[in-house]
Amino acid sequence: MNILYFLVGCSLIMALIFLGAFIWALKTGQHDDVYTPGVRILFDDEVLAEKEALPTEKTEINHISA
Amino acid sequence: MKAQAKLAKDLICYHCGEDLAGNSFGLDDKNFCCLGCKSVYQILSANQMCSYYAYHANPGQKAQSNTHFEYLDEATIVTQLIDYKDAENTMVTFYIPAIHCSSCIWLLEHLYKINPAIYSSRIDFLKKQVTLGFKHQQISLRQVVTQLSEIGYEPAINLQDVVKANHQAVNKALILKIAIAGFSMGNVMLFSFPEYFGLSSVEKEFQHLFGWLNLAFCIPVTFYCAKAYFVSAITSLKHKHINLDTPLALIIAVLFLRTSYTVIFKQGPGFADTLTGLVFLLLIGKWIKQQTYHHISFDRDYRSYFPIAITTLIDGKEKPVAINELAIGDRLWIRNGELIPADAILMKGDAWLDMGFVTGESEPQHKILGEMVYAGGRQTGEAIELEIVKLVAQSYLTGLWNKENYNTDFKSKNFNDNVAKYFSIGVFSIAFAATGYWALQHDSAKAWSAFTAVIIVACPCVLALSTPFTLSAILSVFDKRGFYVKNTNAVEHLSQCDTIVFDKTGTLTSAENAELSFSGFLSEQEKMEISSLLRNSAHPLSRHILKTLPTASFYTVQNYTETLGIGLTGLVNGKQLYLGSKSGLPLPMAAAQGNGVHVVIANQYKGCFTIKQQWRAGLCQLVHQLAPLFELQVLSGDTDKDYAYLKEFFPKNASLKFEQTPLKKLKAIRQLQASGKKVMMLGDGLNDAGALKQSNFGVALTDNINNFTPGCDAILKGSALTDLPKFHQLSKDGLKIIKISFAIAIAYNGVGLYYAVQGTLYPLVAAVLMPISTITIISFTSVATRYFARKNKLL
Repeated sequence: MNILYFLVGCSLIMALIFLGAFIWALKTGQHDDVYTPGVRILFDDEVLAEKEALPTEKTEINHISA
Repeated sequence: MKAQAKLAKDLICYHCGEDLAGNSFGLDDKNFCCLGCKSVYQILSANQMCSYYAYHANPGQKAQSNTHFEYLDEATIVTQLIDYKDAENTMVTFYIPAIHCSSCIWLLEHLYKINPAIYSSRIDFLKKQVTLGFKHQQISLRQVVTQLSEIGYEPAINLQDVVKANHQAVNKALILKIAIAGFSMGNVMLFSFPEYFGLSSVEKEFQHLFGWLNLAFCIPVTFYCAKAYFVSAITSLKHKHINLDTPLALIIAVLFLRTSYTVIFKQGPGFADTLTGLVFLLLIGKWIKQQTYHHISFDRDYRSYFPIAITTLIDGKEKPVAINELAIGDRLWIRNGELIPADAILMKGDAWLDMGFVTGESEPQHKILGEMVYAGGRQTGEAIELEIVKLVAQSYLTGLWNKENYNTDFKSKNFNDNVAKYFSIGVFSIAFAATGYWALQHDSAKAWSAFTAVIIVACPCVLALSTPFTLSAILSVFDKRGFYVKNTNAVEHLSQCDTIVFDKTGTLTSAENAELSFSGFLSEQEKMEISSLLRNSAHPLSRHILKTLPTASFYTVQNYTETLGIGLTGLVNGKQLYLGSKSGLPLPMAAAQGNGVHVVIANQYKGCFTIKQQWRAGLCQLVHQLAPLFELQVLSGDTDKDYAYLKEFFPKNASLKFEQTPLKKLKAIRQLQASGKKVMMLGDGLNDAGALKQSNFGVALTDNINNFTPGCDAILKGSALTDLPKFHQLSKDGLKIIKISFAIAIAYNGVGLYYAVQGTLYPLVAAVLMPISTITIISFTSVATRYFARKNKLL
């Protein structure tokens, strides 16, 4: 049954890690705004900007390979 | 269907969604209601930012700004505003009232596309705040604010810093305490399980280890998480009265001492599970109580209405100075639309002051040189020069906020603290009786055990939980109906009110559905000329009149000038037109009377558009519902022109007072309170602010929740005014629920006490009783609140 001492220690350390993670999240302000990030993620990337960006990238790659 | 939708789109402004009312400014197949909206669109389309219009239809808001931002070039004022600054970067947080939809988030977070120097922008949508980072070598704070203002998102920069006040309100410490208490509770429960199920001989060797571990978890819970209860208990004992925290602190202390004693002296399991569970639940209750509205501020005072800086004249040169630094004798330069921050004497110029903030009366007052002008007046017309005679904080209007005017001690008392006193006495008498009995039996071990057990079992935990849970459930019902109450204590004050005092303008009447009438006659051609001139103006009155003058086509306007706060002139169809207030008439005219928009065509007086405020819908019914329950009063700053009308449907004993100054209103409330009345005050403007603050329950009525409202206990949407009797009834029912849950708790405690007085309370009984009673109470309060809300037809 001595293995229990080890397991109790493990469970405590695990729990402390989770508590520490929560405190870190709290202190770095991750709970300050729980609404805006949900909206932000729904914004599409700029379609126009991508079309312009892609060909130039390709040509650059071609230049390098050539 | 599609054609219809297209048609509907054509009739409203592409930017702000306002009705076009026959006039429009077209660009790129899109219609705009005014130049302001069109110019915002132009800025956005020039920067390929038309996605703004994709996330939300007509996301813009009408921008009408003529604010001067010169003061943002002053280093001393800038340092007050910014959060952080280093050699290259500056961070600043603004409160922007116009933020309202996902398009706003998109636009403000893509500001770098308009100006790359603003390299970061983050929105907190619920707080309506944006945090900007910019390179101050490439762009100044003033340019940033001007840029925001140009795209229709002008930050509110006031003397009372809403942003910083919000920062303090976030209670991270409490959440941290809840996390630690919850963590400890979970682990203590885990280590207590073997004890609950009975220990086999093998497990006995773990008993001490688990005991010590439990005690270790109790230490942070008692000394960190529950610290506030000890502090509050000690302060209240110093002031010789007992609040609810006093018995709670005692119980926590007793639990901790008894647990330490049993663990150290190997007397069996302690009460670690009860202790950690209790603290965890108490903190949850506290957190629920502190839940508040992010987007509404209830603590506004005059400083929210005042700008942060004002232009002064030093040796004839303009220099912006922070309001706090103004001194007696300073010369102020007040432009059109700016607020006078302190009582002063008019030195130069023609003052037409809109005292709407102070008196509720919108007709501008004329002041001549050497006359006294009072703080809170808004200049309409040319710029004026003033000399300050009183400091900002001592001026007539701001003096209303001086502490000595208020006596609001009653606001800190609540039902719980009243009960706590009797509760503590009851628990102590039972505890001492039990101890005395066992001491007489010469069983000192049982005496000590009975004493601690009674105190542990008689925990007023339920009292500390049922109140916040019930009242916050009521708050959320109110919230859905457009009634935003400041906090749970305020709900208690609402339930106790027996007198209601109404303000008239803006409270019984509504500015939203004002009726327009014209004194005189206009031919079709004249109407066309007037609307041709009006369509150039973005002023709300112009828009309002324009909607009532349907015209097919327009004349071109030459020499158009708009003097803000005065009126419009221009050459239309070969005639000189003037539309505006009495003060701006091109030549003195005897026929022009009263306030409104006067019309002069080719030097001939044609008449005047007046806006008559409409009484709110359902007012008569509301008064009939309230009359049997409350004593009703009207305190109006206006003249008694509506006396006869109000007298008709207000009960005979209701007192209707007119021409009340803000100070008189405040005194009237104090008088009522002195005669033992609990007063609810309904008002809207700054002129009611004093009365709202003094009343037992101050309600600010508004048609738009985002508008600035004076400090109060609750904000009520104009459309929800008729529900007021229901709101009051539900708050009363809420107190009933709390009392019933108190009775349930006593029943549970009775069971515990039966074991406790015998000195045989096993920790498991305490550990099971507490959560069961808590769960019962929480489910009872939420079910009962919903039942009563349905009964009152609020759900």
